[in-house]
Formats: sequence, C-alpha cells, structure tokens
Amino acid sequence: MSALYELEQVTVRYGARTVLAIDALTIAPGEFLAVVGPSGAGKSTLLRLLCFLERPTSGILRYDGQAWHEPPPLDVRRQVTLVFQRPLLLDATVEQNLAYGLRLRGEPAGERVAAALDQLGLTHLARARARTLSGGELQRVALGRALVLRPRVLLLDEPTANLDPRNVAVIEQAVTALHREHGTTVVLVTHHLHQARRLAARTAVLLDGQLVEVGPTATLLSGQSADWRTRAFVSGEMVY
Amino acid sequence: MDDLLAGLAGALRLLLSGDAGVWEIVLLTLRVSGTALLISAVLGVPAGVVLALRSFPGQRLVTTVIYTGMGLPPVVAGLVVYLLLSRSGPLGDLGWLFTPRAMVVAQVLISLPLVVGLTMSAVEGITPELRLQLRALGATERQIAQAILWEARAGMLVALVAGFGSIISEVGAVLLVGGNIERSTRVLTTAIVLETRKGAFDQALALGFVLVGLTFVLNALALRLRGALLHPAG
Repeated sequence: MSALYELEQVTVRYGARTVLAIDALTIAPGEFLAVVGPSGAGKSTLLRLLCFLERPTSGILRYDGQAWHEPPPLDVRRQVTLVFQRPLLLDATVEQNLAYGLRLRGEPAGERVAAALDQLGLTHLARARARTLSGGELQRVALGRALVLRPRVLLLDEPTANLDPRNVAVIEQAVTALHREHGTTVVLVTHHLHQARRLAARTAVLLDGQLVEVGPTATLLSGQSADWRTRAFVSGEMVY
Repeated sequence: MDDLLAGLAGALRLLLSGDAGVWEIVLLTLRVSGTALLISAVLGVPAGVVLALRSFPGQRLVTTVIYTGMGLPPVVAGLVVYLLLSRSGPLGDLGWLFTPRAMVVAQVLISLPLVVGLTMSAVEGITPELRLQLRALGATERQIAQAILWEARAGMLVALVAGFGSIISEVGAVLLVGGNIERSTRVLTTAIVLETRKGAFDQALALGFVLVGLTFVLNALALRLRGALLHPAG
C-alpha cells in the first residue's frame, strides 16, 4: 500500500532556529501513529505541517502521492482535520460548534451531530453555550467537531492533557471508533506513553526537533529500542 | 441644585411643548451624527478588520495614523474640513460649507479613526490560534473572517458606540463648518453654545438635558443590542 504521507529531508525553521528536522517519515493510510517526546520537541509543528497549516522550510511533504510546496486546494485540505491542544470553540452552543465544519461544507448536520453528542456524553449540553463548559466538556466538544466530519486524517494534539480518567476514556473510545469504523488515519501527539501503548500500533519519537526513531509502539515504549535516546526518554532518564 | 432641576424641568417642557424649532434641532442632530456614523461604519469596520487580519507594507504607519486620529481634537478636524470646503479650498466648488453635508464630513473625520481603531482592537483580541483551528476544520479565508467577525461582535459594537459618542456631543467642528445657522445647521451642541452666549442659561441647560437624554436612550438601545448579540435566543 502506498504511503498517505511521505516526508523527505523536511525542516521547519523560525529564523535561525530549527524547530523540526525529519530525514524520512511515512504514514500509511488507515494507520494509528503516536508521536511522543518532551515539550518543545516539535510535535505540534509536525501536526501543523501534516494539516498544511505550515509549510516546510526545506524538503518535500508528499500527501496522497503529491508533493505540496503550497497549501493544497480546499477539497484536499478538507480531508485532514486537526484538534488543537487548547479547545478553541466558537461563542455558540455545543451543537452549533459541532455542526460548524459540516455547515462549512454545506452538508446536513442533524444526524451526525446527534450521534456525536451521544457518543461523547454531551446530549444534555447540546443547547449550552460553549463558554459555560468545564475543561473536559470543552475538549470533548472540540473533538466532536472534528469527528462529525469523518475526516480521512485526524490529527490530535494532546487531546487528553489535564483531563480526568473518565474524560480520557470517552475521548479515546471515540477516536478508536472513528479509526476502526471509517479507516481514518490518526496521528496522536501525546505526553502519556501509556496512551500511546493503548492506542497506537506505531510510535514516532521526537527529541529536540529531531525524529529519533519510528517503530512498533510495543518495542519502542517497552525499553527495547535500539536507540539509546529513545530508551533514555522512555525510562525517564533523559532530562529536558 | 435648583438650577439643575429647573433645567431638567425645562428640557421636559421643551420636548413636550412640541416646539417645532427644538424638534428640528434634535432631528438634525440625529440626522448629521447618524449619517456620519453610518459612513464611518461602512468604511471603518472593514478597514479595521483588514488591518487586524492582514499584513502589508506600511501597516505600522497606517496604524499610527489611525491611533493619532483617535485623539484628533474635533476643532482641528473642523478646521481641516473648513479649509478643504472653503471657497478657495480644493473642494470649494462643492458648495458644502455651512451645510449639514460639511458637518457630516467633519464628523466622519472624527469618528472614522475611532471605529477603525477599536474594530481592529476587537478583532485582534480574538486569539490567532482560533483562525488556525477554523482553517484546520476546513474553513476558507472568507469563512474564517465571518467567524472572527461574529466572535468580535461585542467589541465592534463598542467601536460604533464610541464613534457615535465622539460626534453627537462634539461642538468645535460643527460650529466651524456648519456655522450654527438657524433652521439649517443648528444642532444641539451649537444651540447650547448660542443660548449660553446669550445668557439664557435655563434654555442652554434644558437643551443640555435633551442631549444627555438622547445619548442615554441611544446607549441603552446599544446595550440591549449587545445583550441580544451575546446571548442570542435558541
């Protein structure tokens, strides 16, 4: 199967500072990839690249077999959705927020929104204003807004940071269901190695802007990696 | 205190008496300032949005000019418009000096920078990350701008209220370019000046209360609109 994403010698630089440098990375259609690494490792920058929100300073970013130096057209862009770490909702009701992406596309929202509300335990809050919600509820709405789109690629930037176990479970179940039922490619940035183990078949390790290693999650995160930096990161010995 | 109460009573008497002269002044005040605000809104809101969302060469200079304009003394604005519209001025052929049109032009010059600057500030107050998030949800640039405008709606209403407040109570510019001509260019503020100069303080105070009452009612309406915008039903 040909790769959905291919990154070759990709760098992202802000002025003189290189925030991301990836020699080679491929992501297959329908795979669930976790990206782990300490804060400031370039994880969020990688997601913004994959979402076409940012351009590589150098190198090649290929999506669906085509290299994109400029942002792709709208129909391609709309195949990929990113949920930011901070839930950025509109000043509207929960159901209006969930329907937002579908409305942009001129697609009917009713059934999909109702199903997402139910799946995320938000039905009783459908008419509530977003600004009145708790942190966990906000994050569930932010995720639901992406889920209803049934995107080809779902990019998640630490979607469960600072959430209680119940909210974590609801979000993980919803993402897993989308991945399994619709074959959605998921790239999950997470600080929680346990979460990567639970969800992702493959994991990429980013350290200080460099892609150190990509491989089976079970191998990498169990301390059996061939790369000492991964082993040090996983064991917690690497201090940043 | 007695003078103030007498002034308030006088204001009520003036309005209730149906004095055509007073109502003419009130209506001209609303017409001139309302037209100026409308023009400022049509030009200023899009300009403020563009300045907040786009980058272009010379943007810093434009922003500095707008900030300077926000503090422009009305009498200076009036003087500029006077010189432009005077017979020997570049726009003298229009024949607008000492007409309500000249007053509208002067008031646009005063309120436009406020509307632009405060709209820009309201839009800039929306976190730039939201724009990226909306783009990541598949929004086009136009759809992003629409969403940002909706998010900044309360601040934009404040921009219009501030713009209106700056011109309805302004006297220097309209006096210079309007001339305070009875039944032609006399508005509430210039009428107050005239009555004060005549020593008719009770009449001046009564007109002052009419002006304050008018501003109060318009601001109360704006506040209701703000509530409706921030807490829409359904």
